[in-house]
Amino acid sequence: MQAVTEKKPFTPLIVAFCCNWCSYAGADLAGTSRLSYPANVKIIRVPCSCRVNPLFILRAFQRGADGVILCGCHPGDCHYSTGNYYTRRRMTLLFSMLDYLGIERERTRVEWVSAAEGTKFAATMNDFVQTITELGENVKLGDLRCKQ
Amino acid sequence: MQAIVDQIKAKAQELLAAGTVDRVLGWEAGELAYDRTPAVFGPAEALDGLKYDLFCAANLSKYLIAETKKEGKVLALLKPCDTYSFNQLLHEHRIRREGVYVLGIPCRGKIDVRKLAAMGMEGITGVEDDGTTLTVHTLYGDHTCSREEALLERCLCCKGKEHKAFDEVIADPEPYTEPDRDRFSMVSKLEAMAPQERFAFWQGELSKCIRCNACRNVCPACSCLNCVFDNPASGVSGKANVDPFEEQLFHIIRAFHVAGRCTDCGECSRVCPQGIPLHLLNRKFIQDINRFYGEYQAGADPDARGPLTSYTTGDVEPSVVSKGGAK
Amino acid sequence: MSSLQKIGVFVCWCGSNIAATVDVKAVAEAASHEPGVVFATDYQYMCSEGGQARIREAIREYGLTGIVICSCSPRMHEATFRKTAQAAGLNPYMVEIANIREQCSWIHRDMAEGTEKAIILAKAAIAKLHLNTPLKAGESPVVKRALVIGGGIAGIQTALDIADAGYEVDIVEKTPTIGGKMAQLDKTFPTLDCAACILTPKMVEAAQNEKIHLYTWSEVQSVKGFVGNFTVEIRKKARYVDETKCTGCGLCMEKCPSRKTKSEFNLGLSNRTAIYIPFAQAIPNVPVIDTEACLKFKTGKCGICQKNCAAGAIDYEQKDEIITQQYGAIVAATGFNPISLERYDEFAYSQSPDVITSLELERLMNAAGPTKGVLLRPSDHEHPKTIVFVQCVGSRDTTDCGKPYCSKICCMYTAKHAMMIREKYPDTDVHVFYIDVRTPGKNFDEFYRRAVEQYGVDYIKGMVGKVVPHDGKLLVQGSDLIGGEQIKIDADLVVLAAAIEPDKSARPLATMLTASMDTNDFFTEAHPKLRPVESPTAGVFLSGVCQGPKDIPETVAQAGAAAAKVIGLLAKDKLVGNPCVAHSNELMCNGCATCENVCPYGAIGYIDKEINDHGRREVRRIALVNEAVCQGCGACTVACPSGAMDLKGFSNQQIMAEVDAICKP
Repeated sequence: MQAVTEKKPFTPLIVAFCCNWCSYAGADLAGTSRLSYPANVKIIRVPCSCRVNPLFILRAFQRGADGVILCGCHPGDCHYSTGNYYTRRRMTLLFSMLDYLGIERERTRVEWVSAAEGTKFAATMNDFVQTITELGENVKLGDLRCKQ
Repeated sequence: MQAIVDQIKAKAQELLAAGTVDRVLGWEAGELAYDRTPAVFGPAEALDGLKYDLFCAANLSKYLIAETKKEGKVLALLKPCDTYSFNQLLHEHRIRREGVYVLGIPCRGKIDVRKLAAMGMEGITGVEDDGTTLTVHTLYGDHTCSREEALLERCLCCKGKEHKAFDEVIADPEPYTEPDRDRFSMVSKLEAMAPQERFAFWQGELSKCIRCNACRNVCPACSCLNCVFDNPASGVSGKANVDPFEEQLFHIIRAFHVAGRCTDCGECSRVCPQGIPLHLLNRKFIQDINRFYGEYQAGADPDARGPLTSYTTGDVEPSVVSKGGAK
Repeated sequence: MSSLQKIGVFVCWCGSNIAATVDVKAVAEAASHEPGVVFATDYQYMCSEGGQARIREAIREYGLTGIVICSCSPRMHEATFRKTAQAAGLNPYMVEIANIREQCSWIHRDMAEGTEKAIILAKAAIAKLHLNTPLKAGESPVVKRALVIGGGIAGIQTALDIADAGYEVDIVEKTPTIGGKMAQLDKTFPTLDCAACILTPKMVEAAQNEKIHLYTWSEVQSVKGFVGNFTVEIRKKARYVDETKCTGCGLCMEKCPSRKTKSEFNLGLSNRTAIYIPFAQAIPNVPVIDTEACLKFKTGKCGICQKNCAAGAIDYEQKDEIITQQYGAIVAATGFNPISLERYDEFAYSQSPDVITSLELERLMNAAGPTKGVLLRPSDHEHPKTIVFVQCVGSRDTTDCGKPYCSKICCMYTAKHAMMIREKYPDTDVHVFYIDVRTPGKNFDEFYRRAVEQYGVDYIKGMVGKVVPHDGKLLVQGSDLIGGEQIKIDADLVVLAAAIEPDKSARPLATMLTASMDTNDFFTEAHPKLRPVESPTAGVFLSGVCQGPKDIPETVAQAGAAAAKVIGLLAKDKLVGNPCVAHSNELMCNGCATCENVCPYGAIGYIDKEINDHGRREVRRIALVNEAVCQGCGACTVACPSGAMDLKGFSNQQIMAEVDAICKP
């Protein structure tokens, strides 16, 4: 038996999907500018925010993510001209559905971050991590069905 | 009612005799008095088994995917609300239009057998309808109830008497005013609840799911040849017993996949053996679509572009959901 | 992870950039225990020749099937490491980068935290790499010929520039002559040089250039294919005059008895014959017969032109001709028109002939125009003594009648008109009603100031509320916002600066080209800032006002830029595509067309194909991605309900493997 260790303060696990052209470059710029945000944010690169299937988001929650954030080019600036417009509709509806199911709305977010907005990227991540930390661990999405 | 059935049969005979169609897609009697099973009738003389009554709730549109892949032409009996699904399937190139002759048939709402059971009616042998009251014959005697007490929820929010697609229509000989209840009232009620209440509600409902796939199999929008949930490459296939979140995921993704395409035919909830009100998920999407992107009824116009395959530059941001805009 | 990959992991120190906050040895050590990893190492600078040599050696020595580089952003060195892999015989798409610098060492201060995150990022890249497959970019040939649609100054300039580089260019122009709107103008701002004097030499140059072929009185009927290889059908409308025989002597027009048709070129301010050329310098100088006006076509009697044509060029039996041609690139240069002012009752445009548009004024002031350049009112051919200009008629107008955008050219041409009138007829009072005067452009504001200060043009900030024709005059009622008073002017002539809108042919053309348009029917650029002359549809380029309002210098500049892009494309022998494109699994595809609806490039088509679905054979309609056109955004993959559509290099399984690796405790 292992000794009971002191409980660590809660550090949420955040998955961030970033489009290659704007937000991933924005995240790079945050690094180049030596801005800081918590290490528990992990970025997955996708070509466009419209590549993000709701399945990926739910999968992340299912596997224990506490928050998922999706970043793309600002509407009108999409590298593929229209991708983020579809993202916007899909995510609006998905988030509304999650809210409808009683799942904390704050756990999902979409932010438009351009390649020039390293500061915004870092600030967004800091804010999101803080929000999720206050919200606590994701239990509803990882373990919804009560099998008593 | 009998007059309508006679008319349908006569028309079907006529089209078969003329060679316009070579078979008929309708309903036949099932095991119990209220079972009405979709069936294809071949030669003209076999039409005796064709049933059309208050129990013929099944939406026949989806069967046309398979039927119109066959040679010849099938006569499809479509109720007004079924024609929306028909149009949507046409829009998605799933039905070969030349392979089907649509006979629009009248409908005055269909019975929800569960509601009869809930009123204590068991051993049902038949039902009579005088336009306002139903007389239900059972093995244990007759019961009466108002039509509205017995109709399917979807029929209480009827989309209207108009057929959105047809080659010919058999008109209702008698006037019928369809109930026009607000189909979003339950969605709004859920939206008004506290998040934890909503969570508890859905937790209760969705935990009943046994992943029998009846909802998926009956849904005219869920008509993929191969469902992502059956596809090992999707990474989410067949995991019903692995993880308790899977049922939740299944229903969210299923609702999302049909969002903007769902005509709100209500078949999912009708066939769910566990009585899960699945249509409330679809209606949530429909209400949000109407709210955010303007009124849209899938299947009303086969040429319309769906709300998730279009956009405007001024669309609302996803943050509208947290700002209470979605409430 | 059941793949048979043999993976090598290379952790870069980036000097101290990474190594200062990430324990690179620990990352390599942790990665070496991941399934499939047969080699893991660290090095000071992976991107240096020494680092790359180590990678190449390891690939050969361990027979690696894929490599993960834990280093700086893939935006920095992904291309470098792909080349390294290729040099060692590995497919370049069997490379994954874990970004442990920009997204790890540079943003975290704590060594333990940074190392832990770097290990997770490495694991995610390894998990993804397990599912990578070698990808090969498709190649397609390039037809060395360009099509320019529209023969105005934009189209002419684009064609000239392309031809100058040695490529064949065809111009399709729907009217009988090239020249476009610029041919109708009198003078051009801000230099006041004569439009015809600078345009007509270019028209002649285009006609004489042996690389340029003109299809006037022709329209594009269909477009198939994709970048590098478009097949276009051009409908050459019957002219009823044989271009190869006509000498352009003009006798037919002289003799034509039908002389009462409104001249399109003069905007109805003069009449023309049934057999006509739009204007004297038209190119080609070959007339066309207007069958609606021609007596021969209407009554069967006449034939005077045929009898008089010594060259025997008149051919009443001529039929439309369809020309099919291949092109590597297409340029849209469809131009604009002033909007119809019929719905602007307040300006009495439809009621009084003396309320005219600015373009009509151009004709009235043009020496080759209906009044030989003498400014006369259309109603009574008198010199107007008081002229009121109204700007922003239909521009910046959010009502249904108008356009929400600024038409951009009106402020300047109105200043030009006002100045020219004051110059030529100093006894004329000129008033200009404006909302704002917008003069960004070289020498533009100076030009406007000259109109005000030197020529004494009366600029009034405010809008005209009403124009009432009364007793041979036009009573103009407007407001002076600066003076704060209502103004009434008895004018002889009112000139409306009508908004401009894209030509009506642009919308159907955009559909044919699968090029996108904005809500105002202007073509959309591939990127509003960085790719302003390319359409999002590969191989389709934009020139002139079809992309947005602009003046002549801007149009010419854009025309040259579009030509440069076309030349860049045609100079290639082969187009190498991006291999990370969408791909549809034909066994799963429903053929529902949902993917097609969200594709910004028109890259998805449908075919009927016999499918063998586990022994069941049937013909199904399935989606087919044109890999030369697909840009790999992935919009279709999410739209696809069955999951048939997937993206190479960013597949559903790959992304979910990354998600799992990151979320694994």
